[in-house]
Amino acid sequence: MIDGLLVGAVYGLAAMGLSLIWGVMDVINLTHGSMIALGMFAMYLLFAALTINAYVLLLPIIVAGLLLGIVVYWMAVHWVVGRSMLMSLLSTFAVNMMVIGIGTAIWSTSPYNVNFTLPGITIGAYTFTGNHIAAAISSVVIALALQLFLYQTRTGKAIRAVADNREAAELMGISSTLVLTIAFGIGIALAMTSGALVSTLFPFTILSGATYQLKSFVVTILAGLGKPFGALIAGVLLGLLEGVVTPFIAVSWIPLIEFGLFVVVLVAFPQGIFGKRATA
Amino acid sequence: MKQVALLALAAVLLAGTGFGQQTITIGFTVSKTGVLNVDSTEKYRGFELWRDQINAAGGFKAGGKSYNIKFATYDDESNSKRVQQLYTRMILEDKADFLFSPYSSPLTSTAAVVTEQYGKIMLTSGAAEGKTYTLGNHFLFQMFAPAPEYLKVALDALKSKDPKATVAFVYEDSSFSVAVVTPAKAYAQQLGFNVVFTEAYAPATTDFSAIIDKVINSKATVLLGGGHYADGSTLARQLQGHKVPLKMLTLLVAPDSPQWVELGDAAVGITVPSQWAPQSTFKSQYGPSGADFAKAYAAKYNTPPSYESAGGYVCGLILQRAIEQAGGPDSAKVAAALNSTDITTFYGRTQFATADNNHGLQVGHSMILAQWQKDKSGKLTKEVVWPLAGKSANLVYPIH
Repeated sequence: MIDGLLVGAVYGLAAMGLSLIWGVMDVINLTHGSMIALGMFAMYLLFAALTINAYVLLLPIIVAGLLLGIVVYWMAVHWVVGRSMLMSLLSTFAVNMMVIGIGTAIWSTSPYNVNFTLPGITIGAYTFTGNHIAAAISSVVIALALQLFLYQTRTGKAIRAVADNREAAELMGISSTLVLTIAFGIGIALAMTSGALVSTLFPFTILSGATYQLKSFVVTILAGLGKPFGALIAGVLLGLLEGVVTPFIAVSWIPLIEFGLFVVVLVAFPQGIFGKRATA
Repeated sequence: MKQVALLALAAVLLAGTGFGQQTITIGFTVSKTGVLNVDSTEKYRGFELWRDQINAAGGFKAGGKSYNIKFATYDDESNSKRVQQLYTRMILEDKADFLFSPYSSPLTSTAAVVTEQYGKIMLTSGAAEGKTYTLGNHFLFQMFAPAPEYLKVALDALKSKDPKATVAFVYEDSSFSVAVVTPAKAYAQQLGFNVVFTEAYAPATTDFSAIIDKVINSKATVLLGGGHYADGSTLARQLQGHKVPLKMLTLLVAPDSPQWVELGDAAVGITVPSQWAPQSTFKSQYGPSGADFAKAYAAKYNTPPSYESAGGYVCGLILQRAIEQAGGPDSAKVAAALNSTDITTFYGRTQFATADNNHGLQVGHSMILAQWQKDKSGKLTKEVVWPLAGKSANLVYPIH
């Protein structure tokens, strides 16, 4: 169960990026999975080159993710913001396929490992690996930092203002284009960072992001759109659910339960657990 | 006189340029990408070494003619759908005379549908699941000992050390692993072991935490299972990370790879049922000795051969012998020669079942159990620990 909680925090961080972009610009970012995979390979390459504490390498990966997000925004997203949802879906899907195609050509689809291990904590017969603990702590710290950024800084407040009402924000002198660019960059930075954290826990391929993208959808729906911190909590809940049910059922049933929950929440709580209730 | 001289000159020149040399095309796919990449690459190297040795020697003789070997190969991406397309292509477009199987049982059973449809001989290695051989195929020949034999060696070894061990089976939910574990579980119970936990996991599993917790709860002292390299290496790493106090850990396929040493301490003590090991001392009636094969392989690839590599090489060797006996590459005559094969090579004995209900199943070959141990200098080496008659070191038990 504790393992589930620890991994759930990483699921939550992965979903925060998707949730932020979805909430701010109404774009379902289908590059999310491939950006998670790029984060995994960024960690792999940096660790292979520098062989220092893997969690220190999160800082350059966040910066790289921010810059890459800005590039992707201007390449494929800016032109379709505010237009039909199908346009942004197709546009981000195209970028996703390009990244996977290039990634497959470079790294093939063979599995890779980041060979970095931190000492774990043993309680009775159970040992919790240091990497799981460090990944969970990193996720929570990054999530709190994002929360502070969104609520305590001028840029963060501008992002929230654009998310609430883009036209009103523009009338108040906020450059929505700049805000959307920054928000997309942060979303991609979060996706890449979560991928980097996952790479310290499990082996990965260039296709591994798809699994975490699906989990991110479930978490985002659980939390409600545009609720980044809610996504972290929903991610932890999802991990907890995995931890609670697996002693009683075969692990291969987990996806069925997760997507069953996805459908139930969509029907019963269309605004998500942390979303605003619709008023009559 | 002048004409005779010209003819003689032409004959000498043509002989010098290899005229009269025939080419046999062998088609197969390799998993250059995807989860089967590591195991498949090792098998491919075995094929490649055999081909290169044949061609470097100027081909081999059959029915008075000399034959070179040419490969037609493609990347199957570890994907059954690609296998179906590519085996059809190799038969129809590349005009392959014979086929070798792709790596893994599911991919091989898919390829077999195509090769049987076109009546093409396919030698299989890296494909131990036996069901495919019960479907009435006539041109399929298996080089590996069948799946039910895999974990028997591990359980026999365990019985000699700890008859009261409690056993868990954790295995990949694939046709090969299921075909291995189902009879192994029955055999474990027959030997009197208490099987306390059994669970299959999805082939793409990367997080084993939940299963590891269940193993701890079950109080199992021995774990047997795994599947292929990607999942097996991950399971071993995570069992070590969670400090599970197992006395014996036997995993299928993955620990046989030379790449296993990359796991460092997580590799130590792990046992693997193996089709062959460089230490095996079979007296070869045909082809190179085990030592010669291992030496040539290491010289070419800078790594010792795994049993996948040996299985690949011996596919070529057995096909070569059958072509020689058939006097050429005539498919029906080669099939007849394969049906009557009963020979010991460096890899061990090879004999195929010929009854209608199991044609092509390997019935001559037997398994060994190998274990990764640290030598005096602390270097990881793989030792044969079972059967006792062929061991190169004693089984280390318990490992924790």
